[in-house]
Amino acid sequence: MGNYSLSQGNHKSVAMIFFRTAIYVILIITAIYFLIPLLIMIFTSLKSMDDIRTGNLISLPREISFDAWKSAWDSSCIGVTCEGIKGYFWNSMKITVPAVLISTFIGAANGYVFSKWKFRGSEVLFSILLLGCFIPFQIILLPMAKMLGTIGLAQTIQGLILVHIIYGLAFTTLFFRNFYVTIPQDLVNAAKIDGAGFFRIFFKIMLPVSIPIFVVCIIWQTTQIWNDFLFGVVFSSGETQPVTVALNNLVNTSTGVKKYNVDMAAAIIAALPTLAVYIIAGKYFLRGLTAGSVKG
Amino acid sequence: MASLTIENVKKQFGTVEVLKDISIDIAHGEFLVLVGPSGCGKSTLLNLIAGLETISSGTIKIGDRDVTSIAPKDRDIAMVFQSYALYPNMNVRKNISFGLETRKIPKPQIEQQVTKVAAMLQIESLLDRKPAQLSGGQRQRVAMGRALARDPSIFLFDEPLSNLDAKLRVEMRAEIKMLHQKVGTTIVYVTHDQIEAMTLADRIAIMKDGVLEQFGMPREIYNNPASMFVAGFIGSPSMNFISGEIIEHDGELQFPLDAQNGERCHMPLKDLCVNPHTLAKRTVVLGIRPEQISAFSSTDQGNSSVYKLTCPVQITEPTGPDTLVFVQINNQKTTCRIHPDKAVLPGESMALGFDLSKAILFDPKTEKRIH
Ligand SMILES: Nc1ncnc2c1ncn2[C@@H]1O[C@H](COP(=O)(O)OP(=O)(O)OP(=O)(O)O)[C@@H](O)[C@H]1O
Ligand SMILES: [Mg+2]
Repeated sequence: MGNYSLSQGNHKSVAMIFFRTAIYVILIITAIYFLIPLLIMIFTSLKSMDDIRTGNLISLPREISFDAWKSAWDSSCIGVTCEGIKGYFWNSMKITVPAVLISTFIGAANGYVFSKWKFRGSEVLFSILLLGCFIPFQIILLPMAKMLGTIGLAQTIQGLILVHIIYGLAFTTLFFRNFYVTIPQDLVNAAKIDGAGFFRIFFKIMLPVSIPIFVVCIIWQTTQIWNDFLFGVVFSSGETQPVTVALNNLVNTSTGVKKYNVDMAAAIIAALPTLAVYIIAGKYFLRGLTAGSVKG
Repeated sequence: MASLTIENVKKQFGTVEVLKDISIDIAHGEFLVLVGPSGCGKSTLLNLIAGLETISSGTIKIGDRDVTSIAPKDRDIAMVFQSYALYPNMNVRKNISFGLETRKIPKPQIEQQVTKVAAMLQIESLLDRKPAQLSGGQRQRVAMGRALARDPSIFLFDEPLSNLDAKLRVEMRAEIKMLHQKVGTTIVYVTHDQIEAMTLADRIAIMKDGVLEQFGMPREIYNNPASMFVAGFIGSPSMNFISGEIIEHDGELQFPLDAQNGERCHMPLKDLCVNPHTLAKRTVVLGIRPEQISAFSSTDQGNSSVYKLTCPVQITEPTGPDTLVFVQINNQKTTCRIHPDKAVLPGESMALGFDLSKAILFDPKTEKRIH
C-alpha cells in the first residue's frame, strides 16, 4: 500500500516536471521570438552605416556608436528642417501629459457621478457616452477639423489636446465607473451622515482608494495618446506635429542614402516614454486597497 | 436627545411597495428595536430615518422638527452600518474624527473627543491602524466609535452584531445596553435576532413583508402577541400552535387536547377568550409557550388554570437548565420545557400540566389573535 502510493507519487511528479519544462521551453522560445525585432533595432541603431552595409541584419555591432542616436535626436532631416525629432518629442509630451491628466481626472469625476450620484436618466447618458468607445475615429475627422477651425484651435497643440481629452473620456469614464460601482454605497452613505458633501466625499473617500484604477487609466491613456498617428497627422502640421508623425516623415524623407541606424534610433526614442510608463506605473499597481473597509 | 415620530411612511422601489404604511412613535431616550425576517424592510426604514433614501409618502419627525425632506447631514443623527463602512484609506483615529472635522469642530476638542470615545470602547491601542488590520469585533467597535464621537439626537444601528461570533455578540450586546444607559440617547436598532430585540429594547417594532405587525414593549409583545407571526417570532423555542375543533361538552364550549393514547382533556373556552359562543364548531389555534407546559405536580392539583394530560414522550433534548420534551397533541408536535430532574425517557409517558392562564387563541385563517 505504502509502496503503491509512493510509486504513484513519483510517477506524478515526473509527469509534472516534464509538463513544467515543456511550458518553460515554449514560453522562452516565444519570448525570444518577440524580442528579436527589438534586439535588431537596438543593434542597428548602435552600428555605423559601414557596419550596416557590410554586416548582416542580426550581427552584433562591431563598434558601438551613439552617433545615430544623436543624429536622430537633434540633426537628422525631417522634411526641409534638419533638427532631429527632439522638437516633436517635446510636442508629444506637451500633448500627452495634459491630455492624459485631464481626461483621467474628468473620467474619475464622471465615474463617481454615474456610480454614486445617479440621477434620472443617468443610465441612458452613460450608455450614450459608451458609444464613444465604439466610434471609429476616421468617421469624426472632418467634423472635428471643422469644429477646431471654428473655435480657432486648428493645427495647434491645444487643439490636439482637446481632441484627445474628448475621445479619451468614453474610456476613462467607463474605467472609473466600473471601479466605483464595486465600492460599497454604504461608504458614501457613512460619509454623507458624517456631513460630507459631493466634493469632500470625492476627494477624501473615493480618490484615495482609486490608485489602482488611476494607474490602469494612465497607462491606457498614455499609450493611446502618445502612439496616436491619425489625429496627429490630420489635426497638426509642421511645428506642432507629434513624434509619431515626425518619425514617419523622418523615415520617408528621401534625401541621400537611407540611414537605417538613425531610423531605428528615432523609432526607439519615440517608443521610450510608453515603455517607461509601463515600468514605473506597473510598480504602483496595487490591488486590494479597499480590503478591510467592509466586513465579509 | 429627541423623540422620533414616524407617520404613515410608505416606500416604493419602482412599482414594488417595500414599506406599507408604517407608524411608530418613541419618546426621547428610548431604545427602539426594529426586528423581522430578512428582506422585511428594516434597513430601508432605517435609511429613511437617516435620509439616505427618499420617502414615497408620510412624514418623519425628530423631536419637533419635520425632517422628511432634510439632507442626512442636517438631521443630527449618527449611524452604524450593517457593513461597518469604515473608510479604508484612513486609520482608526481619522475614521472617528472625520465627521467632526467635516463639521468644523476645533482641533483640540476633536482630539479630546477621540480620546474619550477610544477609552470608552477600549480601542486606544488601535488608533493608528487601518481598518484592514482589524478583526471583525474591533471593526465593529470602531464603527460604533465613529457614531459615538458625535453627540447626535438619535443613533441608528443596522445589525451591528450580525457578523460577530456568538460569544462576542453576547458581550457586545451587554456593552451596547450599558452604553445606552450611560449616554441616554435615543437609539433605533435593527436586528433579525429576537433575543437581541428582547434584551435591548424599550420598545419593539416587529415587521413582516413591509408591514408593521406589532409595536410595543417587549413583555407586552411576548405575553400578548397580536398574530401567530409575532408569537412565533419572539421567544425561543417558539410558541406551540395546536389547532383543534371547538366542541360542546358538559354544557359549555371547550377546546380539546388529545394525547392520542386515549387520554384527553378539555379546556373551557371562556377562560381563553371573551366571546366563546362565536367560536362554536370552529377550528381555532391554541398558542401555548413551551414553558407553560411543565411536569404536573401535586401543587398544581388545586390550581384551576393548570390542566393535566398524560402523554407519551417522543424525543427529549436536554439544554442544561431545562429539558425540551416533544409530545404529540392533536396530532401536532408540541414542545414542553421541563425541569431536567422531572423529564422521563423517550417512549415513556409523562403527566404534563398545561397552564392556561397565559395561553391564547388564534384564527387559523387570518392568523390574528382572537380576544
Ligand atoms: N434599492 C432597492 N431597489 C429595489 N428594491 C430594494 C432596494 N433596496 C431594498 N430593496 C428591497 O426591499 C426589501 C427590503 O429590503 P431591506 O434591505 O430593507 O431588508 P432588511 O429587512 O434590512 O433585510 P436584512 O435583514 O437581510 O438586512 C427587499 O425585498 C429588497 O429586495
Ligand atoms: Mg438590512
